[in-house]
Amino acid sequence: MMMNSMKSPFNFASGTIIQGKWHHNRYTIIRELGRGANGIVYLADWNGKKVAIKVSDNHVTITSEVNVLKSFTKAQGVSLGPSLFDVDDWIHNGSQISFYVMEYIAGTDLLTFIKQNGTTWLPVLISQLLTDLDYLHKNGWVFGDLKPENLLVTKSPVKIRCIDVGGTTMQGRAIKEFTEFFDRGYWGLGSRRAEPSYDLFAVAMIVINLFYPKRFQKHGVGIEQLKKAIQDVKELRQYRPILLKALAGKYSSATEMKKELLKLIHFPSAHHQTTPKYQTNKNQRAQTNNTRTRRKKQKNKHGILETILIVAIVCIIYAVYIFEQIM
Amino acid sequence: MKTGTIKQILLITDGCSNHGEDPVAMAALAREFGITVNVIGVMENDIIDEQGVREIEGIARQGGGVSQIVYSQVLSQTVQMVTRKAMTQTLQGVVNQELRQILGNQASLENLPPEKRGEVLEVVDELNETVDLEVLILVDTSASMKHKLPTVKEALLDLSLSLNARMGNNQFSLFIFPGKGNEVEKLLDWTPKLESLTTVFAKLNPSGMTPTGPALKEAITYFKEKHSVRGYLSRHDDEFYEESI
Ligand SMILES: Nc1ncnc2c1ncn2[C@@H]1O[C@H](COP(=O)(O)OP(=O)(O)OP(=O)(O)O)[C@@H](O)[C@H]1O
Repeated sequence: MMMNSMKSPFNFASGTIIQGKWHHNRYTIIRELGRGANGIVYLADWNGKKVAIKVSDNHVTITSEVNVLKSFTKAQGVSLGPSLFDVDDWIHNGSQISFYVMEYIAGTDLLTFIKQNGTTWLPVLISQLLTDLDYLHKNGWVFGDLKPENLLVTKSPVKIRCIDVGGTTMQGRAIKEFTEFFDRGYWGLGSRRAEPSYDLFAVAMIVINLFYPKRFQKHGVGIEQLKKAIQDVKELRQYRPILLKALAGKYSSATEMKKELLKLIHFPSAHHQTTPKYQTNKNQRAQTNNTRTRRKKQKNKHGILETILIVAIVCIIYAVYIFEQIM
Repeated sequence: MKTGTIKQILLITDGCSNHGEDPVAMAALAREFGITVNVIGVMENDIIDEQGVREIEGIARQGGGVSQIVYSQVLSQTVQMVTRKAMTQTLQGVVNQELRQILGNQASLENLPPEKRGEVLEVVDELNETVDLEVLILVDTSASMKHKLPTVKEALLDLSLSLNARMGNNQFSLFIFPGKGNEVEKLLDWTPKLESLTTVFAKLNPSGMTPTGPALKEAITYFKEKHSVRGYLSRHDDEFYEESI
C-alpha cells in the first residue's frame, strides 16, 4: 500500500454542506483555513456559530487527534488546544471522509503577530505559552510538534493558543511528530522521548526563529551553531541565559523557565526615574525601598481584611443553613 | 493481545535494478514470510525517472509497506516517518484482523463509530510504542548513489534516534548492494544501536551494477536464519502479518 505524504485531494467550495453519518449534525463550509500534511481545516457555520472542521481521508489521523483533544477537554478550565465539539464521518460521493469539529480560533500565527506588533510581545506570549505547557506536562503530555505555525495569537485579549495536536504524545513515549528545526534530536542535543524538556527546547528554538524567520540548517556541532546564532542578535542576547538552559535540557518544568524568563525583563528602574541624577545617596534609596515595602504591607493588610470578611460571610451563610435545617 | 516482533526491510535506492531476480517478486515473497518491505527512492534535484518510480512503488505495494520518493536533503525526516508509518500500518492490519474475528467479516476500524475507533486506536498506539522491531536496512551503493551516501548515513542515525526513543526493543542490521565481490554484502550484524555505522560507512566502494532483487532475497534469508537460531531458544515467535486495511 502506498502512503505518500498526501496533498489532500479535497477541495470543497464554500456552501458545501458536511453532514455527519453518526450524529447527523450539519455544517456549512465558509472557507478554507489552511491545509497540512494530515488534512484540511475549514471554517464552517453550525447553527449560526463559527467552528473549525478538520477533514481527512485518513481516519486514523482524525481519530488520534481527537483522542488528544478529548483528554484536553477532560482537563478543565485551561484552554490548551481548541475545544472539541463533534467527531463524525461524512459520506461524500460514495466515499467516507472523517472529520472533527472544534472551536474556531480567530488569530494570527506567532511569527506574523510579532512582525506586526513588535517584539515587546515576545516575553508575554512565551510566558503564556509556558503556562499552558506546564499544565499540559502536569497532565502527562508533551506537545511534540511545537513551532510558530502551530501557535495562533488571538486579538482581544491577546492570548497564545496551540493548534494542531497531531504531535502531542504521552510522556515517556517516542515523539509522534516533529519538525527538524525545533527537534532537539536533529541538533544532537537529546533524545526523541516525550519529556517536558523536549517541548522547552522547542520553545527556545521558537524564540530563535522569531529573529531568524528563514531558519537555518545544521552545520557541524549543533550547540555551537545555536550559541553563535543567539550571540549575533542583540535582542536575542538578552534571553541568552534561559535559551541556553532550555537548549541544554536543564529545565525540569515550564514554570521554572517562565520564572527565569520574567526575571530577565528589564523594567526601567524606579530609582532612575524618580531620583534626580545628583542625588544618589543611600538615604534616598532606603526611602524609596521603604515606601515600596510599606505599600506591600498595606496590600497584605487588605488581603487579611478580605479573608476575614469572606470567612465571616461563609460562617453566616453556614449558620443560616444550619438554622433552617433545625427549623 | 499478543505482541510479537515487527519485521521490516528498509530499501534505500535511487532507481532501477538491472541484475538478477525481479525485485517486485522478491518483495512479494518477503511479505509471505511476514516481512514488510519499505522503499525510499532518493532523488537528485533533477527529473524523476519514471521507470525507477514505478519499480519503487511496485516493491512497496507487493511488500506490504510504504514507499516515498524524496530529495536527499529531507532524507532524515522521511526515513523515520516511513518506518513508523509502516509499523502503524502493520499493527492496524493486526488489529483489524482481531476485530474481524470478534465482530465478523465486515468489521474494520473505519466501520466502527468514532468513539469506539478512538479506543481501538489507543491500543494501536500502545503497541506501536512497545512492540519489538527488527529493521534490515538495504542500501543501494551503485555508482550514482555515491555522493548521496553521507546523507543516507545521517538519515540512518536519525532513524536510530527516533526508534530508540520507543519503549520496545529494536534490532538493526545493514546490508549494501552491490557488495565487494558479491551481489550483497553484510556490513552490520543485528544490533540495537546504529551508531556503530559511522565507521562502517567509510569503506564503501560504489560500483555500477544494481542487483536489487538478489539483495531482497538475501535479506529474507538473513531474517529466516535469525529466527531459526532464535527458534531453538524461544519456540514462541509470533509474527505480525500485515493485512490490507
Ligand atoms: N481551530 C482552528 N482555528 C483556526 N484555524 C485553524 C484551527 N485549526 C487549524 N487551523 C488552521 O489550519 C491550518 C492547518 O491545520 P493543521 O496544522 O491542524 O493541519 P495539519 O494537516 O495537521 O498540518 P501539519 O502539516 O502542520 O501537521 C493551520 O495552520 C491553521 O492556520
